[in-house]
Amino acid sequence: MEHDREHLCDLYRKMVRIREFEERVKFLFLEGVMPGTIHQYHGQEACAVGVCAALQKDDVITSTHRPHGHCLAKGLTCREMMAELFGKVTGCCKGKGGSMHMGNIEKGVIPAIAIVGGGIPVATGIALAFKMKKEPRVAVCFMGDGATNEGTFHESLNMASIWDLPVVYVVENNFYGASTHVSLVMKNRCIAERAAAYCISGVTVDGNDVLAVERAAHEAVLKARSGGGPTLLELLTYRITGHSRRDPAAYQPDEEKKKARENEPIGRFARFLISSRIATQEELDAIVGDVKKEVEDAVDYALKAPDPLPEDALNDLFI
Amino acid sequence: MKGLTMRRLTIAEALREGIREEMARDERVFCIGEDIGIPGGWGGAFTVTLGLEKEFPDRIINTPISEAGFFGVALGAAVMGLRPIVDVQYGDFLFCAMDQIANQIAKLRYMSGGKLKVPIVMRAPVGVTGRGAQHAQSLEPFFQCLPGIKIVVPSTAYDAKGLLKSAVRDENPVLMFEHKLLYGAKGARKETGSVDASSDIPDNEYLVPIGKAVVRREGTDVTIIATLLMVHRALEAAETLAAEGISAEVIDPRSLVPFDWELVKNSVAKTNKVVIVEESPKRGGIGSEIAATLAEEMLEYLTAPVKRVAAPNTPAPFAPPMEKFYVPGVSRIIEAVKEVVTYAG
Repeated sequence: MEHDREHLCDLYRKMVRIREFEERVKFLFLEGVMPGTIHQYHGQEACAVGVCAALQKDDVITSTHRPHGHCLAKGLTCREMMAELFGKVTGCCKGKGGSMHMGNIEKGVIPAIAIVGGGIPVATGIALAFKMKKEPRVAVCFMGDGATNEGTFHESLNMASIWDLPVVYVVENNFYGASTHVSLVMKNRCIAERAAAYCISGVTVDGNDVLAVERAAHEAVLKARSGGGPTLLELLTYRITGHSRRDPAAYQPDEEKKKARENEPIGRFARFLISSRIATQEELDAIVGDVKKEVEDAVDYALKAPDPLPEDALNDLFI
Repeated sequence: MKGLTMRRLTIAEALREGIREEMARDERVFCIGEDIGIPGGWGGAFTVTLGLEKEFPDRIINTPISEAGFFGVALGAAVMGLRPIVDVQYGDFLFCAMDQIANQIAKLRYMSGGKLKVPIVMRAPVGVTGRGAQHAQSLEPFFQCLPGIKIVVPSTAYDAKGLLKSAVRDENPVLMFEHKLLYGAKGARKETGSVDASSDIPDNEYLVPIGKAVVRREGTDVTIIATLLMVHRALEAAETLAAEGISAEVIDPRSLVPFDWELVKNSVAKTNKVVIVEESPKRGGIGSEIAATLAEEMLEYLTAPVKRVAAPNTPAPFAPPMEKFYVPGVSRIIEAVKEVVTYAG
């Protein structure tokens, strides 16, 4: 696949946006300014950015308890997300969602479903709707390795298979479900081989190589859009932070963590861009500087945004 | 209703007609569930969707036995603008889909800040019918406490059709509990012990609004509140009581969420005495919620304790004598009414 310079720099910018957004959010938590909890996407940025680069605006994704990366990659703004994290009325869910239910249907993101495996049948149903309405759209279901042990994973892949649905199941295998290593909870050598049980394609790629992810996603999305049915796309990656904000990740061996830091997707892609003479260090630094400003603007916007009224809790539902 | 053509239909037939009309009216409506749309099959466990696949071959979606899966599929389709009617063979199987129902279907509209609409109709057969403990439960209490889902409980064919059509047009999830002994399913799928719940169904279109109760029989001495099969038992009890000079008013709420408190309170203000009849276990049942609300808001009108007639706090037994003991019958309702009517304070 030929990439022009602008596209490659855009992929870089999108990964940096996720990283900088979450780093800022982490400090807002540590400072005690921000309510709630967060699950950081640190180290997995190439997965969301690579997959969403293969999508059209009207394609729809489902996300998980770790949704910031998916949302930013699919087009939510730092402003609407930061405001949501602060529980403001200008947040993408008007303060009713928070970190774990981040989403905006206008950008093709269902509010993130924070029950492990809960989003898999929903994405399958979105794909069924596209097929029934004869719309050339694709559903993408993001999940972690842990979700592939849920019943809904198996029920959904089976239904998508028998109905040839336009859906791509993206498993971000970061090797840990909370603190439990994937090898303790499945015998499969790779998760993609589970696709064979449902007679659909299963593909494993390096999830820290944004271009490899984009290429594989592009193929799976094209197949889905042209009536070829679902794909299980496994992206091998690594979570460089703890599971949630109070997890020091003591269960990750030091040597493994060191390797993961050397292999993290943003640094890797920067080295590629520079060594291929696509961009200079100065140009990449400028992108980081722009993104930092964008994130600061979002913080400023969110802090100034109005709080909901307490009794707004009673809206957006019949009682 | 003078001048209108009427037809006598069972609940199964009336539901089928309601679904057919809604599917014909709106191409976004489709059925999804187990054992539906199979030529030579049953049309669902109790014949409701029988034959609809002939008219709508692309909109009767037969699923694998994957309840969590296809309830989630219905949700995904609903948020993308379709209007699924999803059913299970027995209400008890809703527990297999509980994450999708309680965590996703009930909450997605709210979590989105009201941006998403979730127009799903969920149909579930309930009631004790000689099948033991796992094909028997009346599940209303499990869902009554769950914000985000409307609950309707038709006891007649007229209401079943009218409520179904309203449910399809609602932008919120609606759970319809249907009683196995009231369907009036025919042939091989006929239920032993069935009760006639058929109605004269007008040829012209009608809706029954969700959230509106109905007085099934007027009375002055006591208010009996009952749903589904228990409406029919309560009416039989009221008939017997009338012969003994006790005038019972029988209210069928028809919807549990939202609940028609106005109609119920007006009746209680008149009779000052209440008996609530339900088929689920007494602990934490529908009666608990109604009785607690009346105690909070109507105490000055009550001249006797609110009585609840319900199943015992056990699973449903199998053996016919135990089952008969388990499900509230006419004599237990009569006994409870006499107790509150003669209450001396």
